[in-house]
Parts: sequence; C-alpha cells; structure tokens
Amino acid sequence: MIKINNLSKTFKTKDQTVQAVDDVSIDIEKGDIYGVIGYSGAGKSTFVRLINRLEDPTDGEIILNGQDMTDLSKAQLRLERQKIGMIFQHFNLLWSRTVYENIAFPLEIAGVPKADREEKVLELIELVGLKGRENSYPSQLSGGQKQRVGIARSLANDPKVLLCDEATSALDPETTDDILELLVSINEKLDLTIILITHEMHVIQKISHRVAVMEQGHVVEQGDVLDVFMNPQSKTTKRFVQQLNPQEGSVEELKDFITSDDRSKVVKLHFVGHNAKRALISDVSKQFDINVNILQGSISPTQEGAYGTLYVEFQGEPETIEDVMNYVETTGVGVEVIDYVD
Amino acid sequence: MLTNIFPNVEMDKMWVATYETLYMTFISVLGTFILGILLGLLLYLTNKGNLWENKPLNSIVATIVNVSRAIPFIILILLLFPFTDFLIGTIRGPNAALPALIVGSAPFYARLVEIGLKEVDKGVIEAAKAMGAKTRTIIFKVLLPESMPALISGITVTAIALISYTAMAGVIGAGGLGDLAYMEGFQRRNTDVVLASTIFIVIIVFIFQFLGDWISKRIDHR
Repeated sequence: MIKINNLSKTFKTKDQTVQAVDDVSIDIEKGDIYGVIGYSGAGKSTFVRLINRLEDPTDGEIILNGQDMTDLSKAQLRLERQKIGMIFQHFNLLWSRTVYENIAFPLEIAGVPKADREEKVLELIELVGLKGRENSYPSQLSGGQKQRVGIARSLANDPKVLLCDEATSALDPETTDDILELLVSINEKLDLTIILITHEMHVIQKISHRVAVMEQGHVVEQGDVLDVFMNPQSKTTKRFVQQLNPQEGSVEELKDFITSDDRSKVVKLHFVGHNAKRALISDVSKQFDINVNILQGSISPTQEGAYGTLYVEFQGEPETIEDVMNYVETTGVGVEVIDYVD
Repeated sequence: MLTNIFPNVEMDKMWVATYETLYMTFISVLGTFILGILLGLLLYLTNKGNLWENKPLNSIVATIVNVSRAIPFIILILLLFPFTDFLIGTIRGPNAALPALIVGSAPFYARLVEIGLKEVDKGVIEAAKAMGAKTRTIIFKVLLPESMPALISGITVTAIALISYTAMAGVIGAGGLGDLAYMEGFQRRNTDVVLASTIFIVIIVFIFQFLGDWISKRIDHR
C-alpha cells in the first residue's frame, strides 16, 4: 500500500549539510501498524514528514496507493493530504476553537457542506470517547483528551493512512496506554494503516505489527516486531530491546553459574508466540532425570503474540542435558548455550 | 458649581469637539486595523521559513514600515498635506486628519501584528498544512483567529496612541478636543478649557482601554 523507495532528505545550512534521512526503503501493507523507532536525532520525525511532504524529499519516491507523492503538483498534494491523517506529539489543536470546531476544521478545508459536517463530527466524537465535551476548549482538556481530539480530527476525511509523530510522548504512561488502545481499535475498525514514530519501545511492543529501527537517518533493521525483538542485530536495536527486559542486560550476573563442569549448563531459552504459554520447565523436569535451576526471565506481550526469554541452569548427566536440549528444540523454543559472558 | 470652576467652558462646543475626536479615532482605528493587519501579515508571511518567504519583499516592507515609524507625527501631517488635499479635497477638519492618522499608526500596529502572528504555534500551522489547507485558509482560519487576542490588545494600544495623535492634529486645525484645548483654551488663556478637554480625553482613553482589555479577555481561550 505504501512503498517508500530510497528516500533521502538533506538539510543544507550555511556551514553544514545534514543527512537527516538516508536512503530509506520500506514497504507498508494495508492495515499494518508500522512502527519506526529511534533515538532523538535519528531522522524519524523528518521521515514521517516526508511521507505527506511537509518536508520535500531530496531524493527517492513515496508511492501511496500507486500514486507517487513526489510527482504531485501543489494543488494535487493538498487534495492528497486530506486523505492522510496526522497526529502530533503536542496535539497542535487550535485553542481558539472548541472540540467540535477543531474536528470540523479538516471538513471545512475539504469543502464539506455544513449540514454533512455535523453528522461526521458527532460520529467522531463518539468514536474517540469525548461525548459531552463538544463545546469545551482545548485548554479545558487533559493531555489524553487533547490527543483524542487530535485523533478524531485526523480521521475526519476518512484517511487511508494515519501518521503519528510521537503521538504519546507527551502523555503519562497510563494515558499512553489508553491512546494506544484507541489506535489499535481504530486500526481494526476502519482497517486504517498506521505509521507511528516513537522513541518508546513500549509503544512498539504494545501496538506495532512491524517495526523499523532508525539510526542516523538509516533504517538499521526492519521486519516483524517479534523477529526484530528476538534477534536484534544492531547495537541500537539491542539497546531498545533491553528497555523492555531490563534484566536481559545483566547477563554478567549469570557469571557465577557458568562453570566448566559438564554436569551443569547455563541455557537461554527463547519463547515466541504460543510457545510462551507452554509449561516447558515442568514438562522437562518430569520427563528427564534433571534439575532445572531458573536464573532469570521475562515475558513481553506484543501485538503479534508474546515473546520471552528465560535463563536456566540444567544440572545432570551430560548426555541427559544433551537430550533435554534436543527435546526443547523440537518444541519450537529457541535454545542457546551460554558458556561465556562478554 | 461647575460653572465656577469652568467659567469659560461651553458644553455644546465640548460635545462637538468630543464627537470630532471620537469620529477621528473610530475611523482611523478601523483604517489602522485593516492596513496594519495587511502590512503585518505581509511582514510575517514573507519572513524566513514562512509561507511566502521572500527576502527582497520582506526587506522592502520592513524598510517602509521602519521609515514611516521614524517620522514624527506632526511632521508626517505636514508631509502628507498634498496627498490629503488630493484625497479628501481639503486640509482642514476631522476628515483631513484621517490619512495622516492612519499612515502614522498603521506601521506601528503592523509591527504589533507581526509579533502577534509570530506567537502562533508553528505546530498548528503545520497541522493545517497536513490537512491540506490552502494558504488563504491558513491565514483566515488559523493565523488570524489564533492571534486575535494579541491583535486586539495591539489595536487597543494603537487606539490610545491615536487619540493623542488626534489632539496633535487638532493643533493644526483638524478639530476635536485637541483643537478646542489649543484654540479656545491655550490661545485665549482659558486654562479651564484646557483642563476640561484633558479630562474628556482621559475619559475616552479609559473607555478604550477598558473595552480593549475586556474583548481581548473574552476571546482568549488559551
């Protein structure tokens, strides 16, 4: 649905050029919730602004429903933008307008007659759960409510795509979850493609189907959320994954358990999707003559199912340990022997 | 008792003068409001990073604004005599004061408008662009409404300056309370007339200030 090919953006100032987005190619399918994560300065905000051409790309193409955005004239671009919703970190509502009038604004821009506007606005107010606040001004709303207005506004012209620029970064954790749930329900109800930019791993974990990790203008890793989380390749991705499982970083603490004794082995188990729900450990200890010592572990739910890691120490005859590991592998759970700590 | 304190004040003359002052003030405030917003928008929009970014045009407008602000009002009236004569057909009376009043205060107000527009959240403008808004829509539905409290308090300050300009214009024959205070009061050594005119002007200023503050507060939902 959205094909981004070799997209680049260079900012030139008097004494320096900044390559904000560098040769980014991404495919986004209809109905996807596509997350782009990166630390500040990674170019992700510029990237999302290139999609609706709030910034003009230096190079590359953005093909939305077969239409190359970079080919559009100014007038065509304005029409196309009406079909691309966008929400912002700081909501960007007009304080001079009420909730109702803010949501009606994109309809006014699109030239929808006044009578038809009312029905749509009331429907959207209902959808985002702001019934009764129609005549409030943004200054009378909480952050979460403001973002709900922002979301309602972005949906007014029935967009095909919703761009979210750090949409939850100014909200507290609880409100963040509410807004994310709202986004998921909109995604499901309206089959709306959502592209979201964030620096919070939590957001990706909670709602994204697929993810791209950005660093210095490049996409360093992309794919299904679970794959990327399970096998982070780049340093940046590893750091983000670590945010989710704080324990995972402290492999050093396992040092004491790692010995040259072949009657003891420290093993890291990866659980993905349904495997995460299995009672594997009790299964193993019942079937084999072995002791299992659980060292540390964590589980993270994502949109595509849960994934988790568990560090255990197997104690027993070397052959039995070998059998156990073979058995575990047949169940689809990933096994990795830890014999050193780097 | 009032006749004892103000023996030379003739109330019907006072009312006529007050009417003339209010007339000059209203029309010139209206003219200044329109011309000032136009100039202010032009200054803002042609500035760097804005919708009509245009360095040469911006410099030209800024120079015109700065130069006309630098001319003392009393000299501006004299300089504009030919223009006024051409436009109004006379250089005496309240109407003749209007061109000078508007030309004198519009550049000042334009700067206040520009400051007000700069305060408008860039994010809101970006949001409007992302919705596919035309420049005209952004001006009339975002920039002006969002800066309206600043525009109103700016025009209040300007209106008060204009009231004192009308008094100055009075001295060279524009009519109004300034004219009365100078011709009937100062020239004839009737201090009471000067005092009465001053009181009237102060009351008018207070009313304008009050109205401006009230409107500005009413429309500010920030």
